[in-house]
Amino acid sequence: MLLLTQITVLITIFAGIIALLLQHWHRLAKFFSFALLGLSSCLTIFIGSKTLITQQNITWQIVTAFPGLNWQFTLDPLAAFFLAIVGLIVLAITFYGPAYLRGYEKKRSITNMLLCTALFVAAMYLVLLASNVFSFLFAWELMSLSSYFLVIYLHENSVNRKAAFVYLLMAHASGLFILASFGILAKFSTNLDFISIHLAHLPTLWAHCAFILALIGFGMKAGIIPLHVWLPRAHPVAPSHISALMSGVMLKIAIYGLLRFVFSLLGTLYWQWGVTILIIGTVSALLGVLYALMQHDLKKLLAYHSIENIGIIFIGIGLAIIFMSTNHPVLAALGLVAALYHCLNHALFKSLLFLGAGVIQHQIHEQDLEKMGGLIHKMPHTALFFLIGCISISALPPFNGFVSEWLTYQTTLQAPMLSSGILRTLLPISAALLALTSALAATCFVKAYGAIFLGRPKTRQVRHAKDPTFSMVAAMGFLSLMCLVFGIFPVFTINLINSIPQQLLGTGLITTKNWLWLMPLTGNTTTYAPLLLCFGVLTIGGVVFWLVSCRPSNYAKKIKDAGYIPWGCGFGKIGATTQYTASAFAMPIRRVFKGVWAVTETLTKDNGNFEYNLITEDWSWRYFYEKLEKYLTFIARKIAYIQGGNVRIYLAYMFFTLLLLLWLVI
Amino acid sequence: MFSFLPTYDQLEIIISALLLLTAFIFLTQNRISNLITTFTWQSILLTIATTLQAYGNVNKELYISAAITFIFKVLFIPYFLRVFVKKLDIRHKVSNIKHPFLLLMGAVVIVLFCYHLVAANKIALNMNSNITVVAMAIVLLGMLLLITHHKAISHVIGFMSMENGIFFAALVATNGMPMAVELGIAFDVLVAVVLFGVFFFHIRSSIDTLNVDRLNILNERVKE
Amino acid sequence: MVGYMIWVFALLQTILFVAAAPLLSGLVKWLKCRLQNRRGSSILQPYRSLKKLFKKETIVANNASFIFHFTPYLIFTITILISATIPLIIANSPFTYIADIIVLIGLFALARFFLALSGLDIGTAFGGMGSSREMMLSSLAEPALLLAFFTLAMNAESTNLSTIIQHFITTKHLLFSPSLIFTALGFVIIAVAETGRIPIDNPDTHLELTMIHEAMILEYSGHHLALIEWASQIKFMIYCVLFVDLFFPFGLATSLTLNVIGISCLALLAKLFFLSFTLSIAEINLAKIRLFRAPYLLSFAFLLCLLGVLNHIILEVR
Repeated sequence: MLLLTQITVLITIFAGIIALLLQHWHRLAKFFSFALLGLSSCLTIFIGSKTLITQQNITWQIVTAFPGLNWQFTLDPLAAFFLAIVGLIVLAITFYGPAYLRGYEKKRSITNMLLCTALFVAAMYLVLLASNVFSFLFAWELMSLSSYFLVIYLHENSVNRKAAFVYLLMAHASGLFILASFGILAKFSTNLDFISIHLAHLPTLWAHCAFILALIGFGMKAGIIPLHVWLPRAHPVAPSHISALMSGVMLKIAIYGLLRFVFSLLGTLYWQWGVTILIIGTVSALLGVLYALMQHDLKKLLAYHSIENIGIIFIGIGLAIIFMSTNHPVLAALGLVAALYHCLNHALFKSLLFLGAGVIQHQIHEQDLEKMGGLIHKMPHTALFFLIGCISISALPPFNGFVSEWLTYQTTLQAPMLSSGILRTLLPISAALLALTSALAATCFVKAYGAIFLGRPKTRQVRHAKDPTFSMVAAMGFLSLMCLVFGIFPVFTINLINSIPQQLLGTGLITTKNWLWLMPLTGNTTTYAPLLLCFGVLTIGGVVFWLVSCRPSNYAKKIKDAGYIPWGCGFGKIGATTQYTASAFAMPIRRVFKGVWAVTETLTKDNGNFEYNLITEDWSWRYFYEKLEKYLTFIARKIAYIQGGNVRIYLAYMFFTLLLLLWLVI
Repeated sequence: MFSFLPTYDQLEIIISALLLLTAFIFLTQNRISNLITTFTWQSILLTIATTLQAYGNVNKELYISAAITFIFKVLFIPYFLRVFVKKLDIRHKVSNIKHPFLLLMGAVVIVLFCYHLVAANKIALNMNSNITVVAMAIVLLGMLLLITHHKAISHVIGFMSMENGIFFAALVATNGMPMAVELGIAFDVLVAVVLFGVFFFHIRSSIDTLNVDRLNILNERVKE
Repeated sequence: MVGYMIWVFALLQTILFVAAAPLLSGLVKWLKCRLQNRRGSSILQPYRSLKKLFKKETIVANNASFIFHFTPYLIFTITILISATIPLIIANSPFTYIADIIVLIGLFALARFFLALSGLDIGTAFGGMGSSREMMLSSLAEPALLLAFFTLAMNAESTNLSTIIQHFITTKHLLFSPSLIFTALGFVIIAVAETGRIPIDNPDTHLELTMIHEAMILEYSGHHLALIEWASQIKFMIYCVLFVDLFFPFGLATSLTLNVIGISCLALLAKLFFLSFTLSIAEINLAKIRLFRAPYLLSFAFLLCLLGVLNHIILEVR
């Protein structure tokens, strides 16, 4: 197992090197690079699942010449779970990538992209495996840098450059906060590896400080509100399979970091932390979905939905911390399992949706929802898989999104076990807001799917769309199948995930041998059997269909499909512009939740032509970041007076520093 | 658990819950006549609570207290207010709250705050301590009404609601106030309402509106 | 063989549910007509119109996709599945173990998702309008519904419908507990919103300006329309039976003896008749409210359910 893990990481790095070596032969470079990535992802899935089943814990070290700067790696169930998630998504990308990059090959070189993709994946593996401060931070920085180069791949456009700059800035800011929190931990521990940090004892105030710094650092990378501004800027400008990797996987690495920090490194938990994370999660989920509803750029919409789902994961983590700190470890395990399951689900369906968005962009070179329509007739397979992605993200049974939300609701339902009345009220309110979030997410995806695939084409470019090559469709099909499988067989997945609460909290859920009924807590008669549900739907559906359509009798006629035009109120054939646009669909929500966005709506008339503009932005950029930027620029300008430009002033600085040092030392 | 309490206690709890509901309804009302109707219902519930308490604890004085509440707060004051509204010819909406939902959520937070206060300093009475939460919440929600609405008539209702809350708290915590105090407060409230009426006429004739935000004219800032 | 008997009963119960749903809608319509001093059509009229629709030819627009064809069957199937999990006559139906009340919300959401998609499918303005309004109103109703279910689940310590109902049957006084009163009021408002009755949506008209549900299904005809109409009648009956079961559960059969089941049937008929009567009176006296005032009504329902939770925590649990 140890050897296998090391080989996997080396293969991934080699995938990048081979892209460099075979620079001039694009096809070969692409083939070998993606093939090696695919191999490493299969190995990762295998390693991940095997470790989860056997619950082993392997550590190894690479000693370097510098003291305290050794590399140390540990493979334990928590890391293994996230490794498996990364592996699944990278496997799908392996099929999708080559055909997608064909569109870029002609205009620019893809060596950079292949190299950085491999480095990015390798860095993610290293972050998951790292078990001392040095390796963790090194891998984290490598991850941020390689993803920056991937985001800025299409650097001709100035919007892309600005977005990538914001991304780099916030990635480094998050790295600094994480460094600071590790610094606090290192102060109280004998050694810099995770095991000795876990054994160290922190006084309460320092523990709170470390927690807050880590929350800001990991939260900035995960994308919670109000630290989320880089997400909707960076994801749309990156190439689609990179957006899928970033949104599906990199955000989960940040969640892994937070989990490792809070549960493993900080020994004792406080309920205030749980409440903070719960509130941040609820606010992020609700605001994320509300911002997503108003977007008409497909990838920006998906980016805001990532914020929403990270909020849901945070709700699960917050619940786990609350229950753990009030001595209910089994309920905490339930919350943790719900959060981890949602990590897996989100990685699957978000990648699926981003890959679909990539296909659409590939075919019609357009990202705006208002310019698509009717694509279901041109690309039926893509439409089917995108539909499965939409159903999964809206948390509808029997797909996987519903299972993790069901588990989260079951956890909040255990609120009466808590003794504090305030917490007992907070949990149901949080659950109600989660219900609102998932209902609004369903609305948003009805809007998105309807605007893209249904209705009639709104522009001419749509006519040239067709289904992409088999490998891209196969990648999406694989992810859809995974969505269905993890939705129908939740008990199997929970048995796998169960080793993680065992490791982190000391107890896991009581697992049953019963693979049909999902019964998270014994003694409670709450059950859910998704396989039977699916079976019921298919049986009853089959019977109804046979009774109504197939049986030749007086009661059913064949459908007359003779080219009837849609009902136009008697005016006859109506154009494609009378259908509801995406903004029109979301208008009632905009009126109901008025204060959430900064809306600028203008209607200008010139020569009988009307032009309607609707710009919705979130408040945080204008009121938080721009003010912060003004403040920092102001301070920077004041400090800039030190830089006089005159050589003699610099010599004077050196002279006075020398005097000061002499005085201090002697 | 609720179902194992005697019927009398169950009814007390139900009435306190309904009183809390009326306090919330005050915050959401747009029209003045609905405010007065809700106030009437609140007073009716209070009368029923007093009568129940009188019956349960066999306290003759509370019957008189209930009768006073009924006569003043259910019959006289609402009638007076309605006559008032007709004379002053107020037909506009009571308030223009931008986000009524946020106001309701703020009210819920206040209720939770009261619960936290009472639960943290649990007084030894076993059942009534939680109903004290409701009484305190009614007083605070009445104050919230005073703050958020700008028409003067809603200030009257808010004040009345606070007084109802205090009366209910006294009823629940100490089985009613001494009769002298009770009569004194009742007459005070009556006089207050009459004075309010008189003042409203004066306010209206001097600044021509009953919008209390217009009293800002009286501030000390030098006008440019 | 009690094991087999209960499955057979559950299956018969489901078939009865599906078959009786048009009867309930017909009853409400007939009562409304009678209260308005009109003769009204007979109670069996919905059956006749379903039969007529199944016989008529089905016309499909030329740009319909597989979603359009597939949605009526899916909606009908999901509604039947939900009705299987609701205890109509027997309190302890085994189908409730497949789906608890949270799954119920999820299944309704799935049916609504596909209905909204099929409204957008053809690309007319009516479909988009209906879908948009329906999704907005149901998004606002869902948190209130979840809080209502939470209060019930916290009372009974389980989210399984059979367990909740049996808990309420055995602890009789709970009808009067304030959390249940508030939850019942909130549930009524939510049920009105979800089934599209007055004051949210007018089920009797087909005018574009007033309709939400009807606008989404405007393009359907023939047997597709029959399935969708039947599904919405079953949905109405589901909400009525849920209300009656959760808040007035006395009379439901807890064992499988014949006279207990007979009492249960009679109790159900009486309760549904009273509910229809109350609903008819309410529908006659109220008017449909403007679309953008509906969110205020739904937020009032949310407030009621939230007060239900608060009351449960503050006043009822030590």
